[in-house]
Amino acid sequence: MEILVASAIGILTAAGIYLVLRLRTFPVILGISLLTYAVNVFLFASGRLAVGAPPILRDGVEVYADPLPQALVLTAIVISFGMTAVVVMIGLGAFLGSDTDRVDDPAEDAS
Amino acid sequence: MSLFLIVALPFLGALLPGLMNSAGRAACAGVTFVVTLAAFVGLMTNLPAVAAGEVVSVGVDWIPIVGLNFNLMLDGLGFFFATLILGIGLLIITYARHYLAREDHMGEFFTYLLLFQGAMVGIVLSDNILLLLIFWELTSLSSFLLIGYWKHLPEGRQGARMALTVTGMGGLALIGGMLILGNIAGSYDLSVILQSKDVIQDSPLYLPALILILLGCFTKSAQFPFHFWLPHAMAAPTPVSAYLHSATMVKAGIFLMARLWPVLSGTPEWFVIVTTAGLITMCLGAVIALFKHDLKALLAFSTVSHLGLITMLLGTGTKFGAWAAVFHIFNHATFKAALFMSAGIVDHEAKTRDIRLLGGLRVLMPITFVIATLAALSMAGIPFLNGFLSKEMMLEEANHTTLFGMPWLVPVLATFGSLFSAAYCFRLIGHTFLGPVRESYPAKPHDPGFGLWGPPAILVVLVVAVGVAPFLATPMVQLVASAVVGEAGAFDDKYIKIWHGLVPALYMSIIAVVGGLVVLAMFKPLLRAWDAAPRPEAKTIFEALISGVVALAQGISHTLHNGAFSRYAAIAMITFIAVGYHAWQTGTVGEASRVIQEAGPVAIAGWLLLVAATIGLVLMHRRRLLALVLIGIVGLMVSVGFVYFSAPDLAMTQFTVEVVTIILLLLALNFLPKQTPVESSLSRRLRDGGVAILGGVATLILSYHYLIRDAVTGPISEFHLANSYKGGGGTNVVNVILVDFRGFDTFGEIIVLGIAALLIYALTETLLNGPVRARLLNRRPDQARAGDVHPMMMVVLTRVIMPVVLMVGFYIFLRGHNEPGGGFIAGLIVSIAVVMQYMASGFNWASDRVRFPYHGVIGAGVLVAGLTGIGSWFVGKPFLTSDFTYVRIPPFQEFELATAALFDVGVFLAVVGAVMLSLESFSRLARRAHDKDSDHPMDIDPSREDDAQAVKGA
Repeated sequence: MEILVASAIGILTAAGIYLVLRLRTFPVILGISLLTYAVNVFLFASGRLAVGAPPILRDGVEVYADPLPQALVLTAIVISFGMTAVVVMIGLGAFLGSDTDRVDDPAEDAS
Repeated sequence: MSLFLIVALPFLGALLPGLMNSAGRAACAGVTFVVTLAAFVGLMTNLPAVAAGEVVSVGVDWIPIVGLNFNLMLDGLGFFFATLILGIGLLIITYARHYLAREDHMGEFFTYLLLFQGAMVGIVLSDNILLLLIFWELTSLSSFLLIGYWKHLPEGRQGARMALTVTGMGGLALIGGMLILGNIAGSYDLSVILQSKDVIQDSPLYLPALILILLGCFTKSAQFPFHFWLPHAMAAPTPVSAYLHSATMVKAGIFLMARLWPVLSGTPEWFVIVTTAGLITMCLGAVIALFKHDLKALLAFSTVSHLGLITMLLGTGTKFGAWAAVFHIFNHATFKAALFMSAGIVDHEAKTRDIRLLGGLRVLMPITFVIATLAALSMAGIPFLNGFLSKEMMLEEANHTTLFGMPWLVPVLATFGSLFSAAYCFRLIGHTFLGPVRESYPAKPHDPGFGLWGPPAILVVLVVAVGVAPFLATPMVQLVASAVVGEAGAFDDKYIKIWHGLVPALYMSIIAVVGGLVVLAMFKPLLRAWDAAPRPEAKTIFEALISGVVALAQGISHTLHNGAFSRYAAIAMITFIAVGYHAWQTGTVGEASRVIQEAGPVAIAGWLLLVAATIGLVLMHRRRLLALVLIGIVGLMVSVGFVYFSAPDLAMTQFTVEVVTIILLLLALNFLPKQTPVESSLSRRLRDGGVAILGGVATLILSYHYLIRDAVTGPISEFHLANSYKGGGGTNVVNVILVDFRGFDTFGEIIVLGIAALLIYALTETLLNGPVRARLLNRRPDQARAGDVHPMMMVVLTRVIMPVVLMVGFYIFLRGHNEPGGGFIAGLIVSIAVVMQYMASGFNWASDRVRFPYHGVIGAGVLVAGLTGIGSWFVGKPFLTSDFTYVRIPPFQEFELATAALFDVGVFLAVVGAVMLSLESFSRLARRAHDKDSDHPMDIDPSREDDAQAVKGA
């Protein structure tokens, strides 16, 4: 089970990195989203994996999943929505303003 | 009056001139005057205590953990400087009221002036050196504003920038020096530091601290080699020059040297550095001043020269030196401020300050002539004026000072400096006021009104009074000099006298005055020689230095920052991997301590789906719509994973966020190209693939190692589990952490979310109001529109479902404290319900029915959460302390009421507002671009057609 989660994080990260390195805004945004999944799952996994032990207190139950990473990741998910929205807006604005969705500045602007 | 109030008054008063601006110039100046007067009177109420030798002090802890306390103290030295600052301030305000032209913005000027005044008073009353540093920087900033007050003049802007650069750099050095000093002494409080002379001087860090502190003092007080900024600061309006650059700010460095004199002086290092810098500055300034044709430039260099004189006196480290320095600070402030104001009067009336164009003003401006002449003669060191007394003391002290083993060096240089000092004073009088009346002044000069000549006249009265009757100033100098050397009553038996007998100092004085006259007689040939001699121009050097640094910085940043995002991203990724690898190599890994869990078929199936979708996404990312579908699957599988691994709250959040994210991306994709073209070369793709695989493998290994081991130290989660019900009143520990244990974090997060949404809104507004607007209006949809954009089935269905979804949201919200759910998730669910209405019935129809603007919803959410937190103050608890109770209202069962639920309402509102504002902004762009959206919910509406036919039939 651990190797499944670890490999999922690894594959999400690899795919995220590859897409972030693309040259157009849309794949970069997708890549950032994949990295967000990877990071969130990674943080979540820092509480270690527990099956069938949700952190909802019940009488007579002693073992619970670690609630703290869950709480932190919950807000991270919502915040990353806000950040994705901002990045999408910036990408969209740049496209509407310049009619191109390349992420790299043209070479003549670079100097 | 409390010292706090004295320091605070100018700052508080700084608000007034701006407000009074429309009430007229007199009101503006008047309110500034009254504020300053109040502070001055307040200061004077402390006079009896200070005169009795007491040190008045008040203090509160500000940030005690770093030793920064808001401690103020008032001793003789502080009192003396505060009196100068506020007293001369009063005169300057009167003068400025009449000096500034009609088109100058009065409120702005007096606001800056009061800010500066407050900062200066703060410096001289600070008992804590960190506090002093804050005020020190404030003077640099406020003087920057004042020097550049005439924004239309390039010299003003350049001078302001140069002053800020030089004093700002000095300020940085000073911070370093003060921190070292405070570290050596073990406290940042001056009262402690001043008692630690031996510890400080024995410390190996004494010399670095001394050099850094002196850098701060020398830059501020324009000592060689940092003297060059002061003349350029003369582009400021004359009241500023008179106030900042003669009486107050440039004395801040002197003040600090005097303040720290008891602990820093007396060592060979102090003596050599300070005395040498002072001597060079004194001579250099005096010589340059003689050859300046601009009255203010002449006075600026003479100020540099006199500051050098005072620095040299402090450098000798003897008590007599301190005594003479204090007296000269006072004398210089009086005659120099008077001279600056006189120069301003000449400029104001004759419309020029060029000495070569002036002369003969004695007849035209007799009052100004008397004032300026008395002040200039005092500066030249003529008997029966106060400058003579302190200059004699300086020469006396110079006679007893041996520098570099040469006993003649200091006296000769001191006499040389005095000689040129006398020469430029005579030139000022002779070439401006004496001589024949000219016909060629740019304007016809005449004496101004009392408002302009009154303030300098008052100062000149002091100049003469002290010069004739030095016993008037004796008690003050005794008091202040004792404070400088840090021994109460050290000078009680010392008196200022005019006649000392035929001592060497007298002969030196005579040589200086006679020599000054001789130099003036030979002025023309000297000037020719001066103009012919090559001289380094400080401004050119400074500008070259600055442009060199700028070029270097640009070279670096343009190379690194060439606009290619993909390159930065690649460099960042490779760096992360490399740093991670280094950490991995150097860290230690313990034994695997957890039992590996068996993976069931469900888990493997989920994993396969996730991996397939991810790989498919990479392979097919060029088809963007398909990519969205695939990323939706990824998100879904992540949500399922959360369910599987006992995180129901996360799953619900991820799932709902997924929905709104996909809608958002669809809205964006509406405009963006639907395909990504192939652009990167194969080698580049291989490189990126290599980096990606490296990164993926690294995270895989890291996560795996992490998952098969227990944490090195036990996590703090046990506390949350144990206290969730007892302390937070909820059984859903995740929710209790969010709204209670870590409520402050959540509070910050909803604010961030709100800011993100507002940012999106602002960007949309900017786009819609910019050139993009026209482009959007002319844009043709790049794919065919559906004939029935808002189908009736969907409209009806979403309306039926709306109350149900709201109910679910409400339910999820309420159960949140004890079961999976809560404000975040409920907010997302309700947002989806509202979004459905937009999608089904159209933007116009839906937004007409929204009663509250989404900004307001965000604001209300943050406000509710914040007020819930503040509410706990009223019961004497810290911010966001929660409480709960159980109530029973028949016919319901017993239920819980918790303040945390109120906080969760805030979270809920903020989430709804933020999500809706973001999505609405995107749709507004779309609405601008396409055909007009109908006001009706359905494109094909049978009932409406009936209406239309009914109308037609009737």
